[in-house]
Formats: sequence, C-alpha cells, structure tokens
Amino acid sequence: MSDEIKIDKEINIKGEVCPYTFVKTKLALEAMKAGQVLKVIVDHLPATENVPRTLKSEGNEILEVSRINEGDWQIITRKGNR
Amino acid sequence: MFEFSEEAIKRYSRHILLPEVGGTGQQRINEARVLLVGAGGLGAPAAYYLAAAGVGTLGVVDGDTVELSNLQRQIIHSMADLGKNKGQSARETIEGLNTDVRVVTHQERLTSKNIFPILKDYDVVMDGTDNFPTRYLVNDACVLSGKPLSTGAVFRFHGQVMTIIPGEGPCYRCLFREPPPPGMTASCEEAGVLGVLPGMIGILQATEILKIILNEGSLLKGRLLSYEALEMEFRTIKVRRDPECPVCGDHPTIKELIDYEEFCRVNF
Ligand SMILES: [Zn+2]
Repeated sequence: MSDEIKIDKEINIKGEVCPYTFVKTKLALEAMKAGQVLKVIVDHLPATENVPRTLKSEGNEILEVSRINEGDWQIITRKGNR
Repeated sequence: MFEFSEEAIKRYSRHILLPEVGGTGQQRINEARVLLVGAGGLGAPAAYYLAAAGVGTLGVVDGDTVELSNLQRQIIHSMADLGKNKGQSARETIEGLNTDVRVVTHQERLTSKNIFPILKDYDVVMDGTDNFPTRYLVNDACVLSGKPLSTGAVFRFHGQVMTIIPGEGPCYRCLFREPPPPGMTASCEEAGVLGVLPGMIGILQATEILKIILNEGSLLKGRLLSYEALEMEFRTIKVRRDPECPVCGDHPTIKELIDYEEFCRVNF
C-alpha cells in the first residue's frame, strides 16, 4: 500500500519513547500543510498504538501502521485540516 | 520548520502536547516579551511560572529590595537574596530554572516619565503592583499605547483579577474611576495578607498572559474575577466599558499620564 502513497516528509525517531514519539511527530506535522503525508519510523512498540490514536484524535488520517523489519515500525499519516 | 533543541523539546513537551499550544504556540511563548510590574507577592509566582513556560523576555520593574517580611509569600526570593533588588533576585532564581529566558531588570519605580520608554519593548504587561499610583499609571499607559494588561490585587483573604485589552473591553478606570482619596485606603496596620493568596492571584494573571500570547480561550475581558479564600469562592462580575471613562471612554480627558501621590505603601 505504501508504494502508492506519496510521502512528503519522513522522520526517523528510533530511540524515542512516549510521549516524545508523539511530540516529535506532532512538531513535524505542524510544519507541514494539510493533506501532506508524513512517514514516522519508530522502534518503541507502544508508540505504534499511541501515536496513531492521538494523531487521529487531533484530526489526522492514519494511512498505514506496519512493521518494516525486526524492530522497526512505520506510521504513515495524512495531515488534517485542524 | 521549528528550531527547538532536543533539550527544548523535552522541557516544553507538556506544552507541545496540548492541541491549543503545540510547537507553534510554544514558539510564540519563546518569542514573547512580558513586562512584570513588581516582583512582589503577585509578580513573584507569575515570574516563576512564566519563566518555566519559556517566555523569551521577562522584564521586571521593581525598585525595592528583598526584605524578610516578603518571604512569607514572594516565592521567587530566598534568604540569600535579602537586601538585593527584587528584579535582580528574580533574575538569579530564573537563571537557575530556565536559561532560555532573558530577564531584563528595571530597578526603578514607574513614573509618567519612564513608563512609555520601558513599555515599548514589551508585548504584554502584568500589573502586580502594591500601590494605587502605579496601578492607575500602568492602566492609563497600557490603554494609551494599546498594550494588553493583566491587573490583579490582593487584600487579606480577598483577591481580584481582570484582563484589559485596550479597544476591546473595559479598563481599570471603567471599574474604579479614580484612586481612593488618602485616608480611604487601608492603613499599613490593616494590610495583612494570607501568604498563599497572592500566589493564587499571580498565577491566574500568568495564565491570562499565556492565553494572550497563545490567542486561546476566553480572557477576563470585561469580567472581574473575584476570589474569597476564606469561603473558597470564585465569582466573576461583568464589567462594561464606561463611555464616560476618562481614559478609554468616548471622550477621554486623560491624554497625559498622571503621577498620583502615594499614601501608604503596604507592600503586597
Ligand atoms: Zn476605561
């Protein structure tokens, strides 16, 4: 699925834990325009649930959450209008 | 793109997490310039929290020195500061808390002569003053120069707060047109205050100042918040702009600042 999505920005925040995973995701997203797509790479398992949940509650769309290798996950989100 | 250091991201993370603040709001706080009139009972806690919040420039106007009788409530000062100028003492405490904050001390009393040159370098003003002449001077100067102002006062167990946005709501004179005449104010002997009370009021003022910086929420604009510590009651009283107000009314008569005479300094 991610092959078809145009990624506007990517951040690698491996090594970060909650809540900084979300803090950094949010900072990246705030600097983007509505409709743009952000890819976030994390290696902190709880972040794969917490980050998408909060992103969604703040009006962003979750396009994909998937494991990309042994210890890393990607979260792909489209920035909402809020 | 934001230019927060790793340290700033950690330090301000609880702000950044708030949808109403975020990186954008935190940056506004970091760039804000707030003038605190007085580093006493109201100014001390406000200065502490505004510094913790990362306000970029904190100006502190205070010509007084720290005395032992201040330490019952003015939490930014400590024993080691006795005899120091209050602005200087506040600066040293803030340096130990957050080096992102630049503290500018104005070690003098505000007068009609010096207030505008000081005000011009700031975006928002907090009045934490202990006397009527300065309170009216600050109100008039903020109205005339269009600067948002948070005004607060405490007495015994009672406190009040109001936010003045010139051109959008009433000012302090709309509420109390003139300073009370000599003899009508509390004497020094009556001027006790429960130590935590100015803490409460000063922090309410700091909250309003952060909301002004963030442009979020409903301000105490046209509302006087009154707090009774003994009854533990908060009340808000509607205040309208007075068309007859001598400074913000339809036909203002005050076009130049007034230096009122001082009666008794009670040093809140
Ligand atoms: Zn007025």
